[in-house]
Parts: sequence; C-alpha cells; structure tokens
Amino acid sequence: MRFVPGSKWVVAALFFVALAIPLLTDNSYYLNMLIMVFIWSIAVSGMNIIAGYAGQLSLAHAGFFGIGAYTLGLLMVKAQMSFLVSLAVSVVLTGMVGAVVGMISLRLKGHYFAIFSLCMGVILSLVIEKWESLTEGVRGLLGIPVPKIGSVEFSTLTSQYYLILFFFVLAMFVNRQIIHSLVGRTFISIRNSEELAESLGIHAMKSKMLAFVYSTVLAGLAGALYAGYLRFLGPEIASIEHAFEMLLYLLVGGIGTLWGPVVGTALVMTLMQWLQSWQDYRMIIFGPILVLIVMFLPHGIMGAFAQLKKNQPSVLPDTTDDKNRGIERGVNDRRLAGGESDA
Amino acid sequence: MLRTEKLSKYFGGNQAVNSVDFQINQGEITAIIGPNGAGKTTFFNLISGLHPPTSGKIFFEGEEVTNKRSYEMAKMGIARTFQTTKLFAGATVMENLMIGHRLRTKSGFWGAVIRSQRYRNEERACREKALQVLEFVGASALANRSVASISQEEQKRVAIALALSTDPKIVLLDEPAGGINADETSNLAELITKMKNAGLTICIIEHKMQMIMKLADRIMVLNQGIKIAEGTPDEISRNETVIEAYLGGGAHAQAH
Ligand SMILES: Nc1ncnc2c1ncn2[C@@H]1O[C@H](COP(=O)(O)OP(=O)(O)OP(=O)(O)O)[C@@H](O)[C@H]1O
Ligand SMILES: [Mg+2]
Repeated sequence: MRFVPGSKWVVAALFFVALAIPLLTDNSYYLNMLIMVFIWSIAVSGMNIIAGYAGQLSLAHAGFFGIGAYTLGLLMVKAQMSFLVSLAVSVVLTGMVGAVVGMISLRLKGHYFAIFSLCMGVILSLVIEKWESLTEGVRGLLGIPVPKIGSVEFSTLTSQYYLILFFFVLAMFVNRQIIHSLVGRTFISIRNSEELAESLGIHAMKSKMLAFVYSTVLAGLAGALYAGYLRFLGPEIASIEHAFEMLLYLLVGGIGTLWGPVVGTALVMTLMQWLQSWQDYRMIIFGPILVLIVMFLPHGIMGAFAQLKKNQPSVLPDTTDDKNRGIERGVNDRRLAGGESDA
Repeated sequence: MLRTEKLSKYFGGNQAVNSVDFQINQGEITAIIGPNGAGKTTFFNLISGLHPPTSGKIFFEGEEVTNKRSYEMAKMGIARTFQTTKLFAGATVMENLMIGHRLRTKSGFWGAVIRSQRYRNEERACREKALQVLEFVGASALANRSVASISQEEQKRVAIALALSTDPKIVLLDEPAGGINADETSNLAELITKMKNAGLTICIIEHKMQMIMKLADRIMVLNQGIKIAEGTPDEISRNETVIEAYLGGGAHAQAH
C-alpha cells in the first residue's frame, strides 16, 4: 500500500520483526496473542475484499471460518488425513460452499445482501452446532492431532508461530497483488457504481463472485489454521458474534485499505485482552467506539493515516509506483451500501 | 448498424417508449430530441442493455441483441455516457480510464497474483489506452487529478473519454452539453465532430438545438414515448408536427 512514501520499508521492517520475535521472547502469552492476530487478520482481510473492495457487506464470514476449521478438524480426527491435505481440502471446500452461497446471495444488492448474508451466517453456525453426529455439536471437537508436514511437527508454540506467520504473509501478499491490480480496480469500480461498471463491459456478477469466493477462501484458511493451532473446536467460533467482531476489527482498522484488517485486528484484540476481566461489558465500550469511528473515521485508522499523508505535500516526486494511492485514499463513502444502483 | 423494431418500454402504465422503429447508420451522427420526459434516456437505456425492453427487438450489426445485458452490449461495441455525468468517485481520471479498457483484457485472479507476462501487457495496454483517449478529448493534463476535483465540463470530457476507452463502435451521448456554457458547448461540438471523423458512429440526445442542427446527419423526435418525426435537420426544422408538438414558436425561431 503506497499511502506513505517508503511504506515498503515499513512493511519489510515489520516482517523482519515478526520473524525475529520468537527469538527475542518465548513468552507464550505474546506469541499466542500474535498467532491469534495473524489468524483473525487473514479472516478479516477476506471480509475486507468482499465488503471493502467489492462493496458487498458480508456477515457470513464467521460461518466460513467455521467451515474451514471444522473441515480441517474432522478430516484430521475422523479421517486421519494429513495436515497439509486437510488444509487444502478445507480451503477448497470453503471456497465451494462460498461459490454456492455467493451465487444465491449476490443477486441481492446493498442492505438486502448484507441481511441475507447474515442469515446465511446463522444457518452455517446452526448446521455446525446441530449436526452432532458429524461435528460433536456443543460437546466440541476434541483431539485434533498436532499438525505435521513431512517429518516436521508443529508441536511447539514457536513452530506454530512460524507456520501461521507463513500463511499470514502469503495471504497478505496475494491480497496486495490483487488489490493493486486490474482485478482489484474492477472490484472497486463495482463498489463505486455497479451500473457504470456494467456499462463499461464489466460483468459485475462474475467479479463479485470472484471477490466473494476468494474472501471465503481466506476465511476458511484462517479457520483451518485456527483448528490446527488450538486443536479443539466449539461451534461458537462460527457464531454471528464473531462475524460482528470481525466487522469491528475491519471498521477500526480501515475498511477498503490493504492493512486495515491487520491494524484493526491487532488493536482491538489487544484492547479486548486488557479488558478481559470486563468480558461482559466490553461491548458497552466497543459499541460507542464503533459509532464514533463510523462517524468520524469512516475509513478507519489506516484511512485516516492515508488522509493525513495526502494533506502533507509529499517530498518524493510522483512516480508510477504511486499509481494506486488515489484508490486507497478514495475509499468510497458508499462502500457499505454495496454497489447499489444510483440511476 | 443498430436498428430497433417496435421497441417499447412501459414502467407500470407509463409508456416511456412506445413502439419505436429507429436506425443508427454507420459513421453518422444521429440525434434524438424531444421534450422532457419524452423517453429519450429510456430509449438509450434500452439500446445499451441497461433495461430490458417490454416488447420489440433490437438488432446490432445484423444480429438480434434484444435481451443482452449492458456489459455484453459494451463488449460488442456500444458505449454510452449518462445524463448525470457518471465517473468512479474517489479515484483519479487515470484510474477511471484504466477500468474503461478492462473489458478488452482477459487476465484474471492468477494472472494478477503472479503478474504474468500477459497481465503486465494488458495493464500497459490499459494505461496506453487511457492516455490515448485523454489526449483525444484534450484532457491529458487531468490524468492524475481526482475526478472530484475537476470542473463539470472536464468531467463531461472525461466521461466521453471513459466511453471511448472501451474501444466502441457506437457512442451514445446523453445530453453531453447539459449544464455547460456556450464556449464549452462549441468545444464539445468540435470534439463530437472529431469523433465522427475518427470513424465512430454517434447517437446523441441533446436539448441545445443549435448544436444539434449543426452536428446531426439525422434526427429522430420523440414525444411521450412515440416517434413523431425523423429526418435531416432541415426536414425536422420544417416539420409542422414537430413544431407544434415540441419545438413551439421560440425554439422554432432558434433553430433557424
Ligand atoms: N427507471 C424508471 N422507472 C420508472 N419510470 C421511469 C424510469 N425511467 C424513466 N421513467 C419514466 O419514463 C418517462 C421517460 O423518461 P426519460 O428519462 O426517458 O425522459 P427523457 O426524454 O430522457 O427526459 P429528459 O429530457 O428530462 O432527460 C418519464 O415519465 C419517466 O418518469
Ligand atoms: Mg433524459
């Protein structure tokens, strides 16, 4: 994301810090926290693709997280399949369910799509909870084996950290490539005005399907990594509360920005940890914060950051590298309304 | 080149377009005029695939395209602008125009992720096309401006450039001179002539009669969804039905 001159260096520096952290500390609290941030960031970045870029607010993504998690768990526990194969199947299966759900729900626009996706999320979480013969229901799925790739066992926290960091970096790399490409611009054009995009020959349904399926793949990947990390699952991971939490992370960090999902997830999860003893009240705190953010920082933290930079004269000459800045800044006001027709 | 047969569109009981037979000839500038609410924009919406017609048929280059969607029409070479200028807000002019050429590219998800050779070629092609159409409409200086920061007239030019970036055969212009002053209008008329000279077929909706009388090869007059006249500017300006039903005394005088 090119909103700051030299932001490439910031990303590179953070990457090396992330690589070095397990060498600097073996504090399991921090490592666990970071692992959770990576996992949820992947899922939230998926939500960002469909909601922030393609403009279709999906609240079904906790459900897709659940599908990814349970597929991996069940394949490893009940079918004794290897970790990598289970991971691949989880991701593919989540994408396939995503394709079916997308095909039905993306026919709806704006708020109708959001509401319908919410219903789909509830259905997915109910299926996971009630299909006891398969998922063990509320008893939870226990005894997921330690992930193993070849002869490498990911039994320690540090090894898990690197495993999950790898997929986090991979996901963010693919996100970056997509967002800063003709494909990403196509998503943004649909968010901006579906009618105009179609008049320019863009098959909006096809693009929205691509965005949706990819976004569910990310949620499924996050779920599968979660299952391989925690090694037990309860149906509450697919619950609608988690979908709203993801939305909270996304809005705080900055919807429609590349790094918003990561910043929001890291920040809100850390805050929630601090406020853990207030568990029952935390939504009382986050509710008003969310309202304030939507009112005053509609582009979240990363959006505000980009705005700030934009208002300062850049010291660097304009280069073609800066070509994506406008789109990043220009997170459109109607991004939550979905590509509604504005004829 | 494009032909309609008894084309109709009803919105409930409102017959916005009523059984219109019409033809756009290759290389010509065809104008559609008529009072407010006559169904001109609706007619554009039908032939650009935005709305499905209630009845009737549309043919493009001999092929029936009646129920094609707007993205399919755009791919076949029918581009349009909108009456209320539409651009992608929050993006730069360049970013707008690059999307305009997206329909001529094939790269998908994986091409973008690995930045394949084809992807890079196509991105370059989009960029080149964007610069080319910007130059054509005389707006090269605007490339890196945000569309929100440019004037109404500049937005209209960019909207035309956006239509041109799709590599169209026919360009449909819905009131391109609405809300701009006389000087700007004559510049715009020049641009439209330039488009015609570049081999494009143009269909234009416009209220500014002087401009239409000068530009158009043929004019169709719509009134309450019905085609009441069709002919050369000369024929139209002398047509009694048109003068009575639409132009009225004042406009009649203006047309001469
Ligand atoms: N999407 C729509 N739904 C319902 N009615 C519509 C719709 N679009 C147009 N109409 C109606 O169809 C009729 C024709 O409208 P249209 O916009 O085509 O007129 P126009 O000739 O373009 O007028 P103007 O010169 O004011 O632009 C009007 O009565 C209008 O209210
Ligand atoms: Mg109109």
